[in-house]
Amino acid sequence: MFEFLFMQRALTAAVLVGLLCGILGFFVVLRRLAFIGVGISHSAIGGVAIGILAGWNPLLSGAVFAVAVALGIALVSHSDYISEDTVIGVFFSGSMALGIVLFSMKSGYQQDLFSYLFGNVLAISTAELVALAIGSAVIMGVILLTFKEHLLIAFDEEVAAAYGHKVGALNVLLLVLLALTVVIGVRLVGLLLIQALLVVPAAIAALCVTNFRWQLLLAASIGSVSGVVGLVLAYQLDIAPGGAIVLVAVILFFVALLVKRR
Amino acid sequence: MNERNGKVAVEVRGVSVELGGRSVLHDIDFRVHEGGFVGIVGPNGAGKTTLLRTIVGLVSVIRGRVEVFGRPPGQNTSHAIGYVPQRQSIARNFPATVGDVVMMGRLRHLGLMGFPSRKDWQRVDDSLSLVGMLDRRDRAVGRLSGGEQRRVMLAQALCASTRLLVLDEPTVGLDLPAEHEFYALLRKLIRELTLTIVAVSHDLVALAGETDELICINHRMHIHGNAEDVIHSHAIREAYCCEFDFLAGELAHHEGHDHAEL
Repeated sequence: MFEFLFMQRALTAAVLVGLLCGILGFFVVLRRLAFIGVGISHSAIGGVAIGILAGWNPLLSGAVFAVAVALGIALVSHSDYISEDTVIGVFFSGSMALGIVLFSMKSGYQQDLFSYLFGNVLAISTAELVALAIGSAVIMGVILLTFKEHLLIAFDEEVAAAYGHKVGALNVLLLVLLALTVVIGVRLVGLLLIQALLVVPAAIAALCVTNFRWQLLLAASIGSVSGVVGLVLAYQLDIAPGGAIVLVAVILFFVALLVKRR
Repeated sequence: MNERNGKVAVEVRGVSVELGGRSVLHDIDFRVHEGGFVGIVGPNGAGKTTLLRTIVGLVSVIRGRVEVFGRPPGQNTSHAIGYVPQRQSIARNFPATVGDVVMMGRLRHLGLMGFPSRKDWQRVDDSLSLVGMLDRRDRAVGRLSGGEQRRVMLAQALCASTRLLVLDEPTVGLDLPAEHEFYALLRKLIRELTLTIVAVSHDLVALAGETDELICINHRMHIHGNAEDVIHSHAIREAYCCEFDFLAGELAHHEGHDHAEL
């Protein structure tokens, strides 16, 4: 299995995406952004559909769309008239519906649609892997460099603002990084399941350890391990790799929960 | 009034604030001199918290001006202000130690991509020593008692080049002994660090016993003066819209009442 080039590429992608989702997922869990993550990932479907129909790079159009939705959520959710979760619900329903309508306009079997919804890591090319690696490195770099500011905002947004930190801009940055992570992870587990990779490894880490340094390390490790183990299982059992990866992570979560409760 | 060195720490001149199109503060006017301990009181919804947030630069004025050490509050004064907003407690599972949380108060000195040095960690230790929490530096902050968490927030506020401490309901949720200890700590900090403190509390009697001056507002200024005079004044009863004997802790009866009217 490991001697095949496609498997080597897929495993490398799984490790990189697992690391990235583990690190970013720390803030998704700490700041309770799970639903925003769902909203952004489902919204990207609209952007991917636009890209496929227009003949553009679907991941690029998906990224632009996801970022636009993230910014829209950030803008509208501060309204006095409507709650944040309602705003997210509206955005992601609308974007998903747009994607479905656009895909319905394209005749024939929608292989593209399924690979974006459920992932297709075994078909990842070297060029895509390089792009994924660069994107992951940039996102991880930005989040680690601004980590302490994000941690302060998670602790107390008002204190952060009083001390001169650009809370609004940093919150927008976090959402944009989340949107880009969603798109980077599409190849591995697809738009429908990328949210799970953002939440579950970080949730396991939060159950197991109480310090942010260890939580980051553990979340990143669990994300990568889930990716590798899930891919190996998918190869051996001939099952969908995206689903297998997420199932491994979820099983680890329940094991951690059981151990914690004892 | 306290004018220990004659220098003005906080100047609020003719300040009016609107939030959501509604007037919250109208024509507020007072000065706080360096080294003073001033309490701000008023009934629920009087605008006390809004006034504090205006002083630290979180809320903009529509009329008038606010100056902190001679400058408008914001980027240039954020390093001199320590702010402890109202909060019941820190989340039990917040993944940081006491030392990490106090270091957050020092981030404004580090810059966006700076990392704490040994000197910064020494300042953290110094701040924790001041509030008597050095021995708890490595403990998970969420596992501390309410009183201990309050001290940690104070240490965080003192960890930079703090000259003005702004406290919003600093003793809410504390039992009487813890409240007494907290005020004793504030008095010690004023002596040792030559701090200026502005504090809001709903506990008028406790605050009057601790502060040099009291300011009473109810959307507008009602009275500013020596704590003893203010608490006995008619103006404070006017602000609270009732004939309440604050020292006895009871409403005066309209027939045959014996409270002193000033």
